[in-house]
Amino acid sequence: MNKLKSLKPGWGILPIATFLAVWEMVARLNLFPGHFFFPPFSTVVVEFYHLTANGVLGENFLSSLVRVLIGFSAGSFAGLIIGVVMGWKEFINKGLSPIISLIYPIPALGWLPLLMLWIGINEMLPIAIIFICSFFPVCYNTATGVRSVDRNFVQASRMLGASEFRILATVALPLAIPTIFTGLRLESGMAWRVIIAAEMVAIPTGIGALLMKAESLIRVDIIIVCLMVLSVMCLSFEKFFIYMEHKLTGKWR
Amino acid sequence: MPTIDLRNISNFICRAISLKILSGELLVLLGPTGSGKTTLLNIISGLTPYKGSVLFDDEPIDKISVGRRGIGYLFQNLALFPHLDVRSNIIYGLLIKKLGQDQIEARLDEMCNLLSIRHLMGRYPKDLSGGERQRVALARAIAPSPRILMLDEPFNSLDVKTRKYLRIEFRNIIKKLGITTIFVTHDFKEAEEMGDRLAVIDCGKLEQVATPQEIFFSPNGDKVANFLGSPNIFDCDNYEALGNGLVKASCEGLTIITVWEGGKLNKIAISPEDIYVSRNEPPGPSINRFRGTIVEEVSHNSMVTIKIRTKTKDILARIRREDLIAENLTTGSDVFFILPLRSLKGA
Repeated sequence: MNKLKSLKPGWGILPIATFLAVWEMVARLNLFPGHFFFPPFSTVVVEFYHLTANGVLGENFLSSLVRVLIGFSAGSFAGLIIGVVMGWKEFINKGLSPIISLIYPIPALGWLPLLMLWIGINEMLPIAIIFICSFFPVCYNTATGVRSVDRNFVQASRMLGASEFRILATVALPLAIPTIFTGLRLESGMAWRVIIAAEMVAIPTGIGALLMKAESLIRVDIIIVCLMVLSVMCLSFEKFFIYMEHKLTGKWR
Repeated sequence: MPTIDLRNISNFICRAISLKILSGELLVLLGPTGSGKTTLLNIISGLTPYKGSVLFDDEPIDKISVGRRGIGYLFQNLALFPHLDVRSNIIYGLLIKKLGQDQIEARLDEMCNLLSIRHLMGRYPKDLSGGERQRVALARAIAPSPRILMLDEPFNSLDVKTRKYLRIEFRNIIKKLGITTIFVTHDFKEAEEMGDRLAVIDCGKLEQVATPQEIFFSPNGDKVANFLGSPNIFDCDNYEALGNGLVKASCEGLTIITVWEGGKLNKIAISPEDIYVSRNEPPGPSINRFRGTIVEEVSHNSMVTIKIRTKTKDILARIRREDLIAENLTTGSDVFFILPLRSLKGA
């Protein structure tokens, strides 16, 4: 019964449907000057079908997806490990924190020129950009999460005879999950925004590259298809982490 | 169960504390907030650095790490792991001891029976009531069979009724297990009900170690007396038994009826906050009812301590400021006061 309920469209669908209907109407009635720059929604849907059917969208989407998955997983994993160590050991935190605080505010795309020179324009470039984009926030949030675990829980665990590793694994890390997932959730969406920008500037494949090609051909319908795919992916990644966080902490929070 | 011997313990709060706690004894550390009670517990458990020596059964344990001292610790906020259910919380220490599954289940079963918590097993700490949380926390602390148990003001967050009930229950359980226990509180009534002996601590210094009765009737100096609320103590000249455990005693010119089943009755005491005061004559028989005149008022936040002068003795009573205003009591007012039968202590 609950599963059936969750499949029913919610009230959120209504404003979206209204928005699409107004869009279609405004474009069909030529209320917006310059028809080529403002295609109706139905044209975008038809173009989405064509791009999917001829494999262009799938190929570019897959390129972007693989880059995001590799870069984000590697960056998050490294951020998680360094963050845990920083949060757990004060002297390591004191050593690394000033460096990370200095590098963290640099926008991910700011690294692009430097990485283009260091790595060259190849498949590693967008992955490296996403790695940097994911690493620092996840590291920072993990360190904060582990450090802010109530000391009483740590002491209670220590009193019961737990080793440092066991305290970390069974008390500090599980209790830091909400803070860690806040970082993962925000950065998963950010990874998509960054990959698009990197592909637009430097890489010939991927959704970002398709966007640039569509712009040069004045294909607004393709641009909108790409933006919609991007929007869905950002949202899906964020929703996935919200779901995972709820799955891991919902019972006790 | 081991004896605990503290020898010349000092740190940033504690000052040269020496104290011996007997095997199986329930000692209450009593003192105001910030007096060093929790710090002393942390010293014994190894959580805080210190100078001096801590011995269990005459063996120094200063170099033994926290988890190997064999101490069960009930924290002030209980520190139940919020991400683990009740069962996982209780067996946490047993898993560390690497007991077999059968032994873990047997010990868990024992804890469930001892503390009546079997129905709580699948729940998380957020879904437990205050009293249930205390029981689960105690179960977690004693499940690994510690040699020593330490309880740091565990009942602070509970209502008066639950507190009273749990005090009795916890004391019975601790006595049944025979664990050497240190219980920390700032409440004399709680200390009196829980402890075999009390150790009064103030500003990191041990002021007095004695039985509750000895401390109440013979406080060692003004600090202890003030902390206990300066109880009124009456020296009794003679007394006669009335039957049913009651005696009528003549104490400093007042005839007081009290519960007494001991030997010779020398003194009767009552805390100032246990005395009822009213401007009008209270209804009922004139037992333990007296008249006097207020000669002094001292305010402490919401409470006012008044000194009532009778023909033979000055009595201290502590009442709420709003009651003082409602009854229109001021210095010079003639008042009636009652010494409630169950609040009187004999010695």
